[in-house]
Amino acid sequence: MAGSVRVTMTVNGAQQSAEVEPRLLLVHFLRETLGLTGTHVGCDTSNCGACTVHLNGEAIKSCTLLAAQADGAEIKTIEGMGQEGALHPLQEAFWEHHGLQCGYCTPGMIMASADLLERNPKPNEEEVREALAGNLCRCTGYHNIVKAVIAASETTA
Amino acid sequence: MSATAAEPWIGRPLKRKEDPRLIMGRARYIDDINAVGQLWAAFVRSPEAHARIASIDTSEAKAFPGVHAVFTGNDLDLEAPLPMAWVPPGVEVKNPPHWSLAKDEVHHVGDPVALVIGSDRYAVVDAAQLVSVEYDPLPVVVDLEKAYEGGDLVHADLGTNQCHEWSLGGGDLDAGFAAADVVVERRIVNHRTAGAAIEPRGVLADYRAGSLTLTSSTQVPHFLRLFLALQLGISEDRIRAIAPEVGGGFGSKLQIYGEEIALAWASRKLERPIKWVESRTEGMLATHHGRDQIAYTKIGATRDGKITAYHTKILQDLGAYLMLLTPTIPSLGAFVMSGVYDIPAVQTDIVGVFTNKMPTDAIRGAGRPEATHQIELMIDQLADELGMDRLELRRKNFMRPESFPHETAIGVVYDSGDYPKALDTLLELADLDAIKAAAPAGKLRGIGYSTYTEICGLAPSRVTGPSGFGLQTGLWESAMVRVHITGAVTVYTGTSPHGQGLETTMAQIVAQRLGCDPQNVEVIHGDTGTGPQGLGTYGSRSTAVGGESVARATAKIVDKARQIVAHQLEAAVDDVELSGDKFSVKGSPDKGMTIGEISMAAYIPENLPEGMEPGLEELAFYDPENFVFPFGAHGCVVEVDPDTGNVDVVKYAAVDDCGPAINPKIIDGQVHGGIVHAIGQALFERIHYDDEGQLVTSNFADYALPSAADVPSFDLDRTETPSPVNSLGVKGIGEAGTIAASPAITNAVLDALRPLGVTFINMPLGPQRVWEAIQEAKA
Repeated sequence: MAGSVRVTMTVNGAQQSAEVEPRLLLVHFLRETLGLTGTHVGCDTSNCGACTVHLNGEAIKSCTLLAAQADGAEIKTIEGMGQEGALHPLQEAFWEHHGLQCGYCTPGMIMASADLLERNPKPNEEEVREALAGNLCRCTGYHNIVKAVIAASETTA
Repeated sequence: MSATAAEPWIGRPLKRKEDPRLIMGRARYIDDINAVGQLWAAFVRSPEAHARIASIDTSEAKAFPGVHAVFTGNDLDLEAPLPMAWVPPGVEVKNPPHWSLAKDEVHHVGDPVALVIGSDRYAVVDAAQLVSVEYDPLPVVVDLEKAYEGGDLVHADLGTNQCHEWSLGGGDLDAGFAAADVVVERRIVNHRTAGAAIEPRGVLADYRAGSLTLTSSTQVPHFLRLFLALQLGISEDRIRAIAPEVGGGFGSKLQIYGEEIALAWASRKLERPIKWVESRTEGMLATHHGRDQIAYTKIGATRDGKITAYHTKILQDLGAYLMLLTPTIPSLGAFVMSGVYDIPAVQTDIVGVFTNKMPTDAIRGAGRPEATHQIELMIDQLADELGMDRLELRRKNFMRPESFPHETAIGVVYDSGDYPKALDTLLELADLDAIKAAAPAGKLRGIGYSTYTEICGLAPSRVTGPSGFGLQTGLWESAMVRVHITGAVTVYTGTSPHGQGLETTMAQIVAQRLGCDPQNVEVIHGDTGTGPQGLGTYGSRSTAVGGESVARATAKIVDKARQIVAHQLEAAVDDVELSGDKFSVKGSPDKGMTIGEISMAAYIPENLPEGMEPGLEELAFYDPENFVFPFGAHGCVVEVDPDTGNVDVVKYAAVDDCGPAINPKIIDGQVHGGIVHAIGQALFERIHYDDEGQLVTSNFADYALPSAADVPSFDLDRTETPSPVNSLGVKGIGEAGTIAASPAITNAVLDALRPLGVTFINMPLGPQRVWEAIQEAKA
């Protein structure tokens, strides 16, 4: 363990700064240094996407990025997406359409879906399925996830 | 909101109560929970599939900064090896000792040999690499059929690789085959898979002042507490086992894992809380696998399509040890080996075989997907041989709807069913023939069907218990329903849901019976310290057994409520009934009390019937009289590219019957997930070991867990045939999709390939295997 580095980033609108091990993963910085445990780790090989967050507005897998690589970045996690009584349209849609069961993949799915809708506000089913191919779910069979994302795309302008 | 006769709570597709915390990222899974003063653990695992441990040098690891302790197998002074819960009467089951940390010999890659404990999550992983283990390699046994035949041994002191033999049959098999005009035999491989819950397993053990709290991503907190007591020699009352939010299980967390025991032991030793969370590679190596059976099946029928006999011999790949239920898995399938068909003679013979691989155990469906895959493939093979339409052959042999409760040849009594109706409903739901006919040029399309039943709602203890099937446990459930003074309700269930939506389903059951809003019914589960006892969530039992125990506790509340209302309103108890949100007097609907008013009267007991205890809280234990038997009909169209061997699922339609739906939205979700679990096995997923016993598929990319891009959306419908077994009429649905779908896919691929001369194929139907089958048929 060679020393430490200072990283500073804006997470969900608030500036955060800490001395960390150079090898600290971004996902562990979010979860353990900042206590934002909504972002999950499912595979540590960037296959499952449970750790998906937004970095400067784009979906990335935070288990394969060092915290130091995100120095200076704007990060958004599931905790920044919506609050009780003011849910993000994707959160509402996942709830309404039963797009989750155990919930473990859900934060990553919602962050990846938000990224898709940012780039393609009115995706068809095939486009949703392709866009979410990097986010694995074992519970839902994806049917209701796809339905939720399309429903959310219809409620947003 | 309130329920009305026209719109009751039961049957309504309510949004789930558990979702807000999950969609906002506010849930607390094991890795989100930390204790003050917590240390971290990492396991050192064997890179050898079979070897004697010559020496272990832990000195360098112990000296690593931040490391508090390193333990090896001989340090752990446990009371007993890891548990296995099956002692079938009259059957010898050879059970080699299986310890949390291997003592002298390792038997599979991933077998843990040392435990490193330190102050930092990253440092313990570094230090684990400094533990130096010298191995003397021993012969490695990988192939199931070769292991069965003999040769090199997994456990030399057993003198054989065969663990046990178990049979179940009924009817005259010889006479059945003698009466057959046609006999078809096949070797059907049901390959090894992983449960692959997206949440890795994790444990936080916290022993302090003589008591242990163990939080684990488990499906079975009550079993866990019991076995912790037995392993560590701590009285059960001093152990609290907690299943926090659990991110999927699929059977893989229905287990007592060595990591749970080792962390508890180490926490007691060091008097510090200790946490461990597996990496995905560790999960693939050392979380139990499923399936891995080879069935040699034989079916006989008369020329006009009446099935006369069915025999299956199953070799089960146990892996290196017996875990909680390892050897029982194919036997669970044997109870429904003949599927939905009325076959006069049926026999299943099972041999469990050790290999140098991770143990297998229950994965979603546990034995029943294998049994269903066998019979549904054999029906299509037989139809082919007879030159008969495969749906006609099915209809000819279905158990008749009027024959229920139907006792099969082996003496199992199916509770209820209407198989022709499910198939008719499927054929109305989707025009599969038209979709098949619309194949693009150069592609082959095929249709596959699966008409299935399964046995679930585990279970009637008198059948499954020590003197019956041989499980060393009861399989009842219990529930406590507490109505608070305000009329809000807390339900405590002994089941341990981890994605099934039981907080919502159980709230709907209670709300329906008490006339309150399910939003005000909280369901607590997964903690041996807070509620009544129970046996966990698996085997599609949580609604049929756990839900029924909730219904029964609620019925006791209703009894007391009616007495209070009758007393206060000066009416006869028999005249008090729930109408809308009030318990009112028959004939005068304006005279009545809500559950809140009744509860107030119960907790401020100024005017209760003579001798009645105050309060409004009831406990019920429920042990069912029989299993329940969900059923249905699935059909699909696949498209094969004959040049590449690639298979796409073009359409999948399913009709399932789990009795009256409590929450249709949740039921559909269970079916969707179940189907994709089986499509995954049929087309993509495979746990693969090479000839040296090295795991080749140790991450999600190599294992090929299906993504959204690999599967279609589904057309679903339901029929509702109530079960006579419980008051709700319900059957399980968590495993149904997985039980039904793999034969539908396989039959469809065979239907597509038949014009090319391919008549049989075994899963997984990846491009290479399909392409090779096409080439072989051409040659």
